[in-house]
Amino acid sequence: MSTKQKTYLSKTVEQLKPSGIRRFFELASTMDNVISLGVGEPDFVTPWNVIEASYHALEQGYTAYTANAGMIELREEVSRYLKSNYEVEYNPENELIVTVGASEAIDLALRAIINPGDEVIVVEPSFVAYSPIVSLAGGFPVPVQTDSKDAFKLQPEQIEKTITSKTKAIILCNPNNPTGTVLGKEELIKIASVVEKYDLIVLSDEIYAELTYDEEFTSFPSIKRMKERTILISGFSKAFAMTGWRLGYAAGPKEIIQAMIKIHQYTIMSAPTMAQHAAIEALTNGERSVREMKKSYRQRRNFVVHSFHEMGLSCHIPGGAFYVFPSISETGLTSEEFAEQLLRKEKVAVVPGNVFGKSGEGYIRCSYATSMKQLEEAMKRIARFVSEFKK
Amino acid sequence: MVLEKKEIEFLELLEKNGRMEVETLAKLLDMDVKEIEKMMDKLEKEKIILGYSAIVDWAKVLDYEGVTAMIDVKVTPKRGVGFDKVAERIYRFPEVKAVYLMSGAYDLSVSVQGRTMSEIGRFVSEKLSTLDSVISTTTHFILKKYKHDGVIFDHEEDDRRIVVTP
Ligand SMILES: Cc1ncc(COP(=O)(O)O)c(C=O)c1O
Repeated sequence: MSTKQKTYLSKTVEQLKPSGIRRFFELASTMDNVISLGVGEPDFVTPWNVIEASYHALEQGYTAYTANAGMIELREEVSRYLKSNYEVEYNPENELIVTVGASEAIDLALRAIINPGDEVIVVEPSFVAYSPIVSLAGGFPVPVQTDSKDAFKLQPEQIEKTITSKTKAIILCNPNNPTGTVLGKEELIKIASVVEKYDLIVLSDEIYAELTYDEEFTSFPSIKRMKERTILISGFSKAFAMTGWRLGYAAGPKEIIQAMIKIHQYTIMSAPTMAQHAAIEALTNGERSVREMKKSYRQRRNFVVHSFHEMGLSCHIPGGAFYVFPSISETGLTSEEFAEQLLRKEKVAVVPGNVFGKSGEGYIRCSYATSMKQLEEAMKRIARFVSEFKK
Repeated sequence: MVLEKKEIEFLELLEKNGRMEVETLAKLLDMDVKEIEKMMDKLEKEKIILGYSAIVDWAKVLDYEGVTAMIDVKVTPKRGVGFDKVAERIYRFPEVKAVYLMSGAYDLSVSVQGRTMSEIGRFVSEKLSTLDSVISTTTHFILKKYKHDGVIFDHEEDDRRIVVTP
């Protein structure tokens, strides 16, 4: 008998690195009374009218599959919403798909466009799922680093340096998780010209679009000639505080969306029905709740940024999402050391920046989607922790 | 009076939590402490901020269980001053917590707090209904408070999220 342990796993899966977030979660969850700034989701529960709409749908007996691409009523609402908020027009009949979270939309988009060996540019620090999903689709993720001296804004020259003959697509996350950086219209136009020059496809993950605090948000496909090469990814998780409902969507060129529907049809069939009913209510009557939540996030953003500045940590002012990404290099610790010691000594959980890619080293991600009471206490504890290193 | 956006935001914050420290308010609104204090002064002088109080669930305090009643009052308005003078006669009583002029089936809604039902009964029969403008009263006792002034009573908002997520 062979002594070599046989593995049943695919090489791709075997080589996939476990998420750094997962590891940190396991550490943090062994401890009691932790204040967590490590949570990438709203602290609000879903607005009541949205929950109510879902109850109603269940009472009415809407418990069966919907159309593969999602309920047409919902696709129509999404289309209306994208047009009125972001000035991009999509045909609800064939340019939109409702998915199980933005997560599934990203997966479908990449599987629909990638051939084995294609390269996909991932802007770092980046949402932890992009690179693994590229790999699972048979592609190669190629990181492009951004720098805090540019407030983590992607520089078009950096994309050009990374492009090879195999480059197929680039994933943009605007506003960005984890840095909170928002790319404005002028910056997007510059990126668009590189995208056009090298004939790339853009996956524009705009799930935090509603949560921008200082300036008007520009959707990437609204830039001239970009609509035909952009897959817009979004969903209900963040703006409507609906993470657990698992509902998102993608919009894009008919050919690509139809391909995505093909995969979705075989793997998922259709997104949850009661969640789709809830989402219609969120889009039609949710504006006020979104506005209220957004106001509260903006205030807490201000609070947290001021608090970090008071501690003497440098921290650019994030224009969107609900994360701040302060530098901790002053303390002389690595991101992991900082996060781990902070957790053990002060019981505050933050996410070490290096889990978001190499350029995240020297930073931590703190989510301010948590109550003011918790935030005030967390900031006190972090300040106490940091002061130890500043003597 | 037209207020600036910041002032309205400030008032909304205070209305939710009147005990917030000036330093915290300053950080939340991205202003400095001096500016906040000035704004507070101004709003107090303008009588836009009328006071700072706590919302207390008295039902939880032993030996302090009070009774609240909402009383619908029909009155005859006074010549020249309408309902205002009658309302004033009523709101001056210390046991009266709120008086509103209403449209519809009655004229004034009066909220009264007392130690016991009979205390409120006495107030209604001796003080309120004997006012010469008062035509009739209907008293409703509050049995339980679920939500008051935007605050839900007896409801823990647990954070059900796991500790770290993407
Ligand atoms: C940038 C980004 N995209 C997508 C997602 C996943 O969203 P969903 O819950 O809709 O799958 C997240 C969640 O953290 C995210 O931060």
